[in-house]
Amino acid sequence: MHNSKDFKIPIGPQHPALKEPEGFSVALKGEKILGVDIRLGYNHRGIEKAAEERTYIQDIYLIERVCGICSHSHSTCFIQAVEEIAGLAVPRRALYIRTIIGELERIHSHLLWLGVAGHEIGFDTLLMYSWRDREVVMDILASITGNRVNYGMNTIGGVRRDISPEQSQEILIALDILEERTKYYIEVATQESTIIKRLSGVGILSREDVLRLDAVGPTARASGVKRDVRADDPYAAYGELEFKVITDERCDVYGRTVVRVKELMESYKIIRQALKNLPDGPIAIKAPRKIPAGEALSRYEAPRGEDVHYVRANGTEKPDRVKVRAPTLANIQAVKHMLRDRYLADMPIVIAAIDPCFSCTDRLIALKEQESATGKIISWPALHAYSLEWYKKQGIDFTALNKKLSAKGLTG
Amino acid sequence: MRPGKMLREVLGSIFKKPATNLYPAQKLDMPDRFRGKLKFYPERCIGCKMCMRDCPTNAITINKVADNKFEAVFDLSRCIYCAQCVDSCPKKALEPTKEVELAQLDKNKLRVVFSYKESQEKPKE
Amino acid sequence: MLGELFYIFIFPGFVFLINFAWIAEFIDRKIYARLQNRVGPPWFQPVADFIKLLSKEDIVPAASNPKMFKIAPLFALASAITAFFYIPLWKADALFSFNGDVIVVLYLLTLPTLAFFIGGWYSTSLYSRIGSVRSLMQLFAYEVPLFMGILSSALLADTWSLREIAVFYTSHPYVWMFNLLGFAIALVSLLGKLEKVPFDIPEAETEVVAGGFTEYSGRMLAFLRMTLDVEMIVGSALLALVFFPFGLNLHPVIGFLIFIIKILFIISLISLLRTVVARLRMDQMINFCWKYLVPLALLQLLFNLTMKGMFFR
Repeated sequence: MHNSKDFKIPIGPQHPALKEPEGFSVALKGEKILGVDIRLGYNHRGIEKAAEERTYIQDIYLIERVCGICSHSHSTCFIQAVEEIAGLAVPRRALYIRTIIGELERIHSHLLWLGVAGHEIGFDTLLMYSWRDREVVMDILASITGNRVNYGMNTIGGVRRDISPEQSQEILIALDILEERTKYYIEVATQESTIIKRLSGVGILSREDVLRLDAVGPTARASGVKRDVRADDPYAAYGELEFKVITDERCDVYGRTVVRVKELMESYKIIRQALKNLPDGPIAIKAPRKIPAGEALSRYEAPRGEDVHYVRANGTEKPDRVKVRAPTLANIQAVKHMLRDRYLADMPIVIAAIDPCFSCTDRLIALKEQESATGKIISWPALHAYSLEWYKKQGIDFTALNKKLSAKGLTG
Repeated sequence: MRPGKMLREVLGSIFKKPATNLYPAQKLDMPDRFRGKLKFYPERCIGCKMCMRDCPTNAITINKVADNKFEAVFDLSRCIYCAQCVDSCPKKALEPTKEVELAQLDKNKLRVVFSYKESQEKPKE
Repeated sequence: MLGELFYIFIFPGFVFLINFAWIAEFIDRKIYARLQNRVGPPWFQPVADFIKLLSKEDIVPAASNPKMFKIAPLFALASAITAFFYIPLWKADALFSFNGDVIVVLYLLTLPTLAFFIGGWYSTSLYSRIGSVRSLMQLFAYEVPLFMGILSSALLADTWSLREIAVFYTSHPYVWMFNLLGFAIALVSLLGKLEKVPFDIPEAETEVVAGGFTEYSGRMLAFLRMTLDVEMIVGSALLALVFFPFGLNLHPVIGFLIFIIKILFIISLISLLRTVVARLRMDQMINFCWKYLVPLALLQLLFNLTMKGMFFR
């Protein structure tokens, strides 16, 4: 990307602008960015592999923990795939409840994003206020599902907890508060001149680039691409509900902000409709423990964009393969494009504008030997031996310590 | 475009109570459906071990102490408080409580044993 | 002689200044927190921070120039405190005074910025270098409107001495109201000097971690933070004298109270300003200073020249 003579500054893996570890190496000329190298993998947890080792019921809670903020998105996406393979007809009430939780989650995610964006441009007041108001929706989620994050709401064949009439009243009251506050934030975001100055014209991503780089979610919608799984390929109860897909033609960070705050208003609309039309009936049907052989791909519009899960079942209690494609992975290439010829000061907000969730995105890195032309993948013992050699060259000998540790069974 | 759009809101906050919750001094009420530390009723347990099978983190162990008598061992450091075991239990021998403050300096205290003898509590039903 | 030493070291010099700086930092942080609907720190927080930093290890980066790295914080603190002795506080007299001390005070207030640059540059960290270059770049933007704002008031008094400015405005009450535009300009420029939002570009934590301060720790960081607090007091005292020069001929106790109120008023204005805006980018900040602040300052100068020609010949 850039040659070694450039002035390179590391943003991450540990940096105040990043909420999760991720490596960005920025080549600078003065304040201007010449190029950005992104390195994924600092937070890889091997969840896909771990999912193959667990039963479907255990996987629900594992997959839910792919992401803290969009936990419901991931678990719903996974469960939709499993239910499709098993051919389960999920009760309509369960679908509606899933939709309501999904939209509440979108509200809390977008309010969180607004605060983070404020912090990235040095506007801590916005952070404090939007996070204060986010508490309203967090409390609602806690009272319905029993937890503020990682709701544990889904189970194969339905949902685990019902929404009682009192709770739906509670939600409606909270929505009124949130709606009023959101209107205020729309005003702030569209009128406060320092915000507009910092956001408009920053991180331009044209419509063509969105299509070329396959950006998803609010990032794509802010460039005028009407791409929303809720409308394009309705799942849960979205097919029966009426809502607008918010798009914006500004193509910059400001457009993404506007799309997000306006989407909040749509979410309130969706929840109100869903609560009004909430059908009666059971909330779950009994699911078999063994899922018949088959495969399915499931799509879900997470707050950050389209989430894709692929599940292959082999007729046992455990899945054969689970593949997660979190929305950030689709958007991360766009970041590189958006930062071209921008200033260093724009870097945090441009990265934040895709609402990154690096832990969801992180995947395995295959280390290749430098010299070989074809590229050979280094095995774990070879890498281990190589690291010992490398440290020996630096004058630190770990061999004795390593022997001690392996005697206790702590290595490899 | 106007700078200082939040000025009025910000000045109004001076006369408002801070939104901060002064946590250790002022404790919050957990919602009714809160999934906290688990409670085990040994009298109801039939030893089917469905909870052990469904637990995503192997945090729960059911041991047979005598005929039809079982004790449960929870490892709170492993538990993710999903309460799947509560759903899986056919006899409602498990119940989530509202207990949240579970941090311990001593790791051994995170192992909670519900032995059959200790529990004198009668099932509520 | 003894009186002067007392003035320099105890009151209103070193000891008083440092205590007042802590109080000012507390008030700034508390107001900032309350405006954001938070609780904010307890009253002893700045002192506790200071003591904690004193007890921490001083780490000097191996690649740095240790002499420059260590001397910069002390140099910054010393020059900020020195500036304080030239400013008349609650009577129309200061410890040192000569014709031209306005310029000296302004340059003594510039020295800490220069020291921050030197410290940041010689610590050789990438973030420090970017941060320190930024603080110099910023200096060229805010310094001119700040000087013009303060000098417009001096122009009206027809003197380059702070003491005589005080004497002039005491003998001409209500004339200070002519300079309110100059006060607004100087206050905004002061935010740049104190590196506070919207002009905290040199230490923007989401971009360059802590800018020039990144590599500092322990005692030296404590001195750097103390410098910023003292600079806040000295800057506000200068603004208070130049733009609100009233209550200087009253009884010392009443004068002292008025002085405290003036300083706290300016500090709360600073807190309020930094609450309601976002951080600007470097190009935007320079643009703002030269496009809006400087012409406004020129307007104030022109106005003061006209007034002077008409009334105070």
